[in-house]
Amino acid sequence: MIPIDKADTAFVLISAALVMLMTPGLAIFYAGMVRAKNTLGTIMQSFILIGFISLEWVYLGYTLSFGPDVGGFIGDLSWIGLRSVSTAPHPSYGPTVPHLVFAVFQCMFAVITPALITGAFAERMRFGPFLLFSMLWTVLVYNPVCHWVWASGGWLRELGVIDFAGGLVVHLACGSAALAAVTVIRPRKGYGSENFIPHNLPMTLIGTGLLWFGWFGFNGGSALAADGLAGSAFMATHLGGMAGLVTWVAVEWLHRGRPTTLGAASGAVAGLATITPGSGFVSPNAAVIIGCIAGAVCYACVASKQRIGYDDSLDVVGIHGVGGVIGTLLVGVFASKAVNAAGADGLLAGNTSLLLSQAIGVVAVGVFVYCTSWVLLKIIDRLYGLRVQEDTELQGLDLGEHSETAYGA
Amino acid sequence: MKKIEAIIKPFKLDEVKKALNDIGVTGMTITEVKGYGRQKGHKEIYRGAEYQVDFLPKIKIEIVVAQAMVEEVAEKILESARTGKIGDGKIFVIPVDGAIRVRTGESGREAL
Repeated sequence: MIPIDKADTAFVLISAALVMLMTPGLAIFYAGMVRAKNTLGTIMQSFILIGFISLEWVYLGYTLSFGPDVGGFIGDLSWIGLRSVSTAPHPSYGPTVPHLVFAVFQCMFAVITPALITGAFAERMRFGPFLLFSMLWTVLVYNPVCHWVWASGGWLRELGVIDFAGGLVVHLACGSAALAAVTVIRPRKGYGSENFIPHNLPMTLIGTGLLWFGWFGFNGGSALAADGLAGSAFMATHLGGMAGLVTWVAVEWLHRGRPTTLGAASGAVAGLATITPGSGFVSPNAAVIIGCIAGAVCYACVASKQRIGYDDSLDVVGIHGVGGVIGTLLVGVFASKAVNAAGADGLLAGNTSLLLSQAIGVVAVGVFVYCTSWVLLKIIDRLYGLRVQEDTELQGLDLGEHSETAYGA
Repeated sequence: MKKIEAIIKPFKLDEVKKALNDIGVTGMTITEVKGYGRQKGHKEIYRGAEYQVDFLPKIKIEIVVAQAMVEEVAEKILESARTGKIGDGKIFVIPVDGAIRVRTGESGREAL
């Protein structure tokens, strides 16, 4: 057995803390984009999951996700309550860091993924049914998908699908669930006739900064060691984010005649989400190209959503879903063993099979997540009702669901 | 006794206040309001979508003065609030039946 490496352990611990910070960052990123009356309701839908999903992770999620494999689809229950997850490293999950450190690092990913979905149904979801959905979604959707892609024995991983930090597991999963959510939950009252204008963009920009900062832990930490690969992933992450930012603003400037701050924030997040699956597999130049593609494609998707008629309030599908798909597929183009020997070669390195397996990964995760989420939402809607009452929606979630206001009455 | 109600562009408030102070207007009440007239609103852009915003922020000034001062006050507001561009606002003159100072109970012109 390889002994614990102190530098690796310190790095992964710090990375876990960075990823944890992304959820409050996401909360204010989203909150700035809603109307003032829904500020706290929006923040709460992310913030509560830090507690709620961490609890799930310890008692059920971790063993379902990473526990000993059952048929490639799910982990068994032998690590329930973190039983036998100790300070000794696990050979497959960060062989030089304590197993507990890997488990807590992964916990933060499980927390932020359902939080990302909340942008789709912002300003209109009841809190209780939302909690029930998030809990069941994590158990029935996130944990299995996480197992398929990242656990030893997971069927997509065995198939050769590679996803460095969560293009499939986090971004496509939340985007696909968001798509299901907007098909089940009808648009906000007044959608299409009233203006839903962000109430506090400085808040959204600070949230973007926190997300970007945390993303270094998200992607860099996924190397699970303080080594060259972590540095390479760190660099790719930054380049993906900056390229997304610059491209989105440039395209918007050409299209609408104005460079906007919300465009800068959106482009950065699109770039960061899209580089995520490839961050540990592609060169800096490829990261720039991936970020540029993300900025342009996500802008086009978001700008054209109004023609479709679904109210994906904060563009989870257009940014995270689309980013997850193109990022995962572009790994099949740009991945190189020269960057990461444990990875794979993509199309540009003369290997066609990786792109095919990445595409299978996209279809499998996309379809499974969409269908399961749709059924789950329909059942909860039938049993309890997902939608707030009309007067609560008019009054806002802050008062209507939480009896508080963000800015005084 | 008349109330003069002026809707002006917010950034003109200081100039208007100074101009009125100079002719001896000793008090005023202002409110931040929103509205539109011929200026209509403006467009805002969020994530590639354009939104028409109809109501623009304005300041409403309310001043109650003696009949004799109405024209002078209106004149000063016109001068100081005007930019010459659409959206400069409007002035309304409204009759007032009476006024009472809360502290002393004085009424009529003494209370102004």
